[in-house]
Amino acid sequence: MSPVLEPVVPLSARRRSVPRWLRRTTGPLLLLVLWQVSSATGVLPSDTLASPGTIAGTASDLLKDGTLPHAMLVSVQRVLIGLALGGVIGVALALVSGLSRLGEDLVDASVQMLRSIPWVGMIPLFIIWMGIGEAPKIALIALGVTFHLYLNVYAGIRGVDAQLIEAGNSLGLGRWGLIRHVVLPGALPGAMTGLRYSLATAWLALVFGETINADDGIGFLLNRAREFFQTDVIVVCLIVYAALGLLADFIVRTLERLLLQWRPNFTGK
Amino acid sequence: MATELHRQVNSVEKESGQEQGGESGAAAVRVRSLTRSFDGRAVIDNLELDVPAGEFVALLGRSGCGKSTLLRVLAGLDREIEGEVLVPRRKAVAFQAPRLMPWKRVWRNVLLGLPGRPGRAVAERALNEVGLGHRVDAWPKTLSGGEAQRASLARALVREPDLLLLDEPFGALDALTRITAQQLVAELWQRRGCAVLLVTHDVEEALLLADRVLVMDGGVIAHQVRVDRDRPRDIADPLLAELRTELLDRLGVQAPEPAVHKVA
Repeated sequence: MSPVLEPVVPLSARRRSVPRWLRRTTGPLLLLVLWQVSSATGVLPSDTLASPGTIAGTASDLLKDGTLPHAMLVSVQRVLIGLALGGVIGVALALVSGLSRLGEDLVDASVQMLRSIPWVGMIPLFIIWMGIGEAPKIALIALGVTFHLYLNVYAGIRGVDAQLIEAGNSLGLGRWGLIRHVVLPGALPGAMTGLRYSLATAWLALVFGETINADDGIGFLLNRAREFFQTDVIVVCLIVYAALGLLADFIVRTLERLLLQWRPNFTGK
Repeated sequence: MATELHRQVNSVEKESGQEQGGESGAAAVRVRSLTRSFDGRAVIDNLELDVPAGEFVALLGRSGCGKSTLLRVLAGLDREIEGEVLVPRRKAVAFQAPRLMPWKRVWRNVLLGLPGRPGRAVAERALNEVGLGHRVDAWPKTLSGGEAQRASLARALVREPDLLLLDEPFGALDALTRITAQQLVAELWQRRGCAVLLVTHDVEEALLLADRVLVMDGGVIAHQVRVDRDRPRDIADPLLAELRTELLDRLGVQAPEPAVHKVA
C-alpha cells in the first residue's frame, strides 16, 4: 500500500489576506469604541473618565492656546538635561570601574550600595537641599539615569570577549587602541540597553518630580486639572507622557538599528 | 588525499627557495631554556627552538602538550615565562577561531592595529591575495567559516610579518574548505617567504606543508623530521607515508595501514 502524500505548504501561501498591522490595530480601536459608547450611554460618568471625544476636543484646545506645547517643552527640557547629566556621570563611573581593577574596587562598591536606595525616596532630601525649583527635578532624573547606565555599561565592558582582547593585543593595539576598537564597541549593546532603561526611568522620575512640586510643565497641568476634576485634561497629559515615551523609545531603537547592525543575533522569525 | 598546487606557484617557490638559501644565516625564532609553568606544573620545560628565516615549521603534539602555549609565548601573548625568547618585531597570529571584531567591516578588521593611517586600498590588496576581494565591505557575521578564516589570514599578512604564527587555523573548517585553505597558506608562504610556525594536530597537514615537523612532548621538542620533498606534495608519496608512520608512532598513535592512501 502506498503512503498518503500531503503537500508541504510554503509559509508565504499561508499568509492571511488581512495585513498584520490592520489586525493589530483592531483591538485598540474596539476598546476605544467601547469607551466612547460607555461614555455616551452614561455608564461611564465624565467625573470618573471623560469620553474619547471630549478628550480629543480638550487636546486640540490645549494645543491651540499654547498651554500644552509650552508644558511639553518644559518637561522635555528637564528630561534632556537630567539624561545628559546622569548619562555623563553614569558612563564615566562605568568606564572607571569597568576598565581598571582599581577603579572597580573604589567605585563599584559605592555605586552598588547607593543603588539599593529607592531613588524616589530621595525626593524629600532633594527638596531640602535644592528647594522646589528645577534643580531637584533634574537631580531626580539624573539619579535614576545614572544607575541604569552605570550597571549596563559596566556589564557591557566586562562582557567583552577575552579572545577578541587577545586578538587586539596580537595585532599590536595599545591600551587606548584596545579600549577604542575592542572594549567600547563591545560594550555598546549593553550601553544601548542601559539607555533604554534610563529613558524609561527618566520619564518616571519626571512624573514623580513634576507631580510633587510643579509650577510648570506637564505635571503642573496634571495637578491643576486634579484640583478642578478635569479628567479630560488629566487623560490628555497621560497620553502626552505616553507619546513622548514612545518617541524616545523609537529614537533609541533607530539608534540601535544603526549602531548595532553588525550583531549576529537572532532577530525573530 | 592529495594536495596539488598550481605549477605557476611551484616556480615561484623555486625562486624564493634560492633567496632563502642566500640568507640562511638569519634566524626568525630563537628560544633558549624556555619554561612556562601553570600552578607549579611546567607545561614548557627548558625548551630550545631555532627557526631560520623563511622556514615553514609545523609543530605537532598531543592535546595539552603545550604547543599552543609555545605559540602564545612566541606571539608575546603569554609573558609569564623564564628563559630567552627572540622573535621578529613584525609577527602575526591567526587563531583557530578567526577572532574578527564583529563590529568592524572586513576591511577595517584587516587594518586594525596597523601603524599610521593605512588606506582601504591596503586592505583590499591583502583581501584580494586571499581571494576575498569581493567581501571587503561585508560584516563578519555574513562570512562563511572559510571566508572568516581567510579574512583572519589577510589581517595577519597585511602586517608583512617575518614570522607568521598559525594556531590550528584549519581546525574548525570542514574537510573540503580545509584543503583549499591549506593550499592558500602554502601559496602565500611561497610568495611572501616569511617563516611560519604552524601548530596542528593533523600529521598529514604538517607533512604536506612544512619543511620541518616538530613533535612536542614533555614540555620540549622531543622529535623532529625534515621533509625534503618538492611541492606540491602528494600524501601517497612513500617517503611521506614513512614519515607519517614515524610521527604517529612518536605521538603514541598506532598508524593505520598506509595502503589505504596508496589506493586513493
